Amino acid sequence: MSDLLTVTDLTVRLKMDSGMREVITGTSLSIAAGEAMGLVGESGSGKSMTAKAIARLLPDGAETLGSVVFDGVDVLALSGDELREHRAQVAVVFQDPRAHINPVRRIDDFMTESLRTLRNVPKGDARARAATALEEVGIDDPAKRLRQYPHELSGGMLQRVMIATALLSEPRLLLADECTTALDVTTQAEVMAILDDLRRDRGLSMLFITHDLELAGAVCDRTTVMYAGQVVETRAASLLHSDPLHPYSAALVDARPSIASTADRLRAIPGRPLSAFESPSGCRFAPRCSFAQDACREHDQVITELDGGFVRCERAIELRGKVREGAHV
Amino acid sequence: MSIEILDPVAEVIDNAPANRRLPKLGFLGWLSVAVIAIALFFAIFGPMLAPYDPTLSNLSYSNVGPIAGHPLGFDDQGRDVLSRLMAGARTTIFGAAFVSLIAIFVGTTLALLTAWFGGKTDTFISAALDVLFAFPGILLAVVAAAVFGPSLLSAGLALSIAYSPYVARVLRGAALKERAMTYISALEVQGFGALRLTVRHLLPNISALIVAQGTILFGFAMVDLAAISFLGLGVQSPNADWGVMVSEGKTSLLQGYPLVSLSAVFCIVSVVAAVSFLGDRLESSSRGGNR
Repeated sequence: MSDLLTVTDLTVRLKMDSGMREVITGTSLSIAAGEAMGLVGESGSGKSMTAKAIARLLPDGAETLGSVVFDGVDVLALSGDELREHRAQVAVVFQDPRAHINPVRRIDDFMTESLRTLRNVPKGDARARAATALEEVGIDDPAKRLRQYPHELSGGMLQRVMIATALLSEPRLLLADECTTALDVTTQAEVMAILDDLRRDRGLSMLFITHDLELAGAVCDRTTVMYAGQVVETRAASLLHSDPLHPYSAALVDARPSIASTADRLRAIPGRPLSAFESPSGCRFAPRCSFAQDACREHDQVITELDGGFVRCERAIELRGKVREGAHV
Repeated sequence: MSIEILDPVAEVIDNAPANRRLPKLGFLGWLSVAVIAIALFFAIFGPMLAPYDPTLSNLSYSNVGPIAGHPLGFDDQGRDVLSRLMAGARTTIFGAAFVSLIAIFVGTTLALLTAWFGGKTDTFISAALDVLFAFPGILLAVVAAAVFGPSLLSAGLALSIAYSPYVARVLRGAALKERAMTYISALEVQGFGALRLTVRHLLPNISALIVAQGTILFGFAMVDLAAISFLGLGVQSPNADWGVMVSEGKTSLLQGYPLVSLSAVFCIVSVVAAVSFLGDRLESSSRGGNR
């Protein structure tokens, strides 16, 4: 396999006041070089924790089982300088750019500090690289931007600064954790376009985490759907939309309001999203699934290959093509 | 890919005024600046500019009011009050500045240590500070005077030590809040050291509060040092100091010549008020600008 990143059977437990709590159970996914993988799911489904495990940014006291292999290296075993090197290769862009930048330092300082002090790049070179990176993400007059303070830039502009900064360490994988969620729609489109261009120009792999199935469909090659800490479906992004295999994916697709339909009520998924540690045995989605049968609740579902994708539902073949109409009866 | 780049220039916020280096102070703010500038000028040059020897006494002029060439008159020892005020500016202002600078330095260091390391370091330092809180500054100064002999230096050091816990306590809260910010963890993950993170990232973010604390302390220090000199434990007579002048003026005051004490009190109050007001202004203008 030419996969850049392979996550196999990853289980993550976090240390809470009440003891260890499982937030991800047996997650597997792989991203090829230059591939964009979407990762969607409701809040608490383990999307962000998966990204954090890949970048080794889990909170103190977290336990991990399974393996994360990046470019042939076991990420979970890294420490010290190797870990630092890994984090340079795997860049993360988070949702709220303003929280991740020191408000009293200039953009220049923010972008070049790690180059200057940790990689011993001379100040002039570091600044030139920062300016180039800003141009690459579509920012005009980078010299002026470098002299400004974070509060002088808009959210969209600041998010582009974040992306440019992430590129400075020349990463091979970009983890975009809801990086456009806080932006308004037009800015979101710009940022997505920039990410897409960068991916094509640099052969950058991307893990694109979002709530928005359509956005994932627009920029990603494949999409992985997570529910309650498990992967329930991995599919070519376009197919996930038109022909979802798992009832949960279908329900997510249908939950989006559409201009075409004039339904009185939006089609919400009944019940509330569960976290991994509070979900029942058997199929974790069964309590909210309109196709659930007694058999679904009795044994854990395994992930199986179907039509080029993977799905975690034992009735997937039987329900093929019916999940969308039947999701809300 | 069907997404187009719209107009990236459209979202530029141009709220940076040309003269953003000059904070808006208002009339009272600039008046405070002027008072402080004058005070500093006399603190530096006052002893040289004093028209008469501030310690030369001429008992035939005892408690003589304002006359030509002596606009503030004489004290009970027959010394020129204006000359004494000018000469006394030095110990009064530099003494207070010295106290507040040391207290700010010690307090900030302790606050950053507790906020950064937390846990046992925090518990230990906070407990030590609680003990120090129990001693009023004046009491420590009296003890210092008893041990090292009465002088401005011992009083100043005692006050600095007494003030440090207040600074540390206030700044610790601010530093803890800043320490928990995501940008700090982001930098930590990249491998930056504790010293760099605290000095270059944490410190600038609490600097507005440090300035505010410093100006408040300056006021307290000036009044407390004057009180200590008044008690006779700080600057020693016949050396001029505003606190000493208030103290010495009390005999004249009782005899119906209030100008000696009042002129010194006026100087103390104006400088303290100016510094506190300016600090307040600077803090609120920096808060408005950065967040």
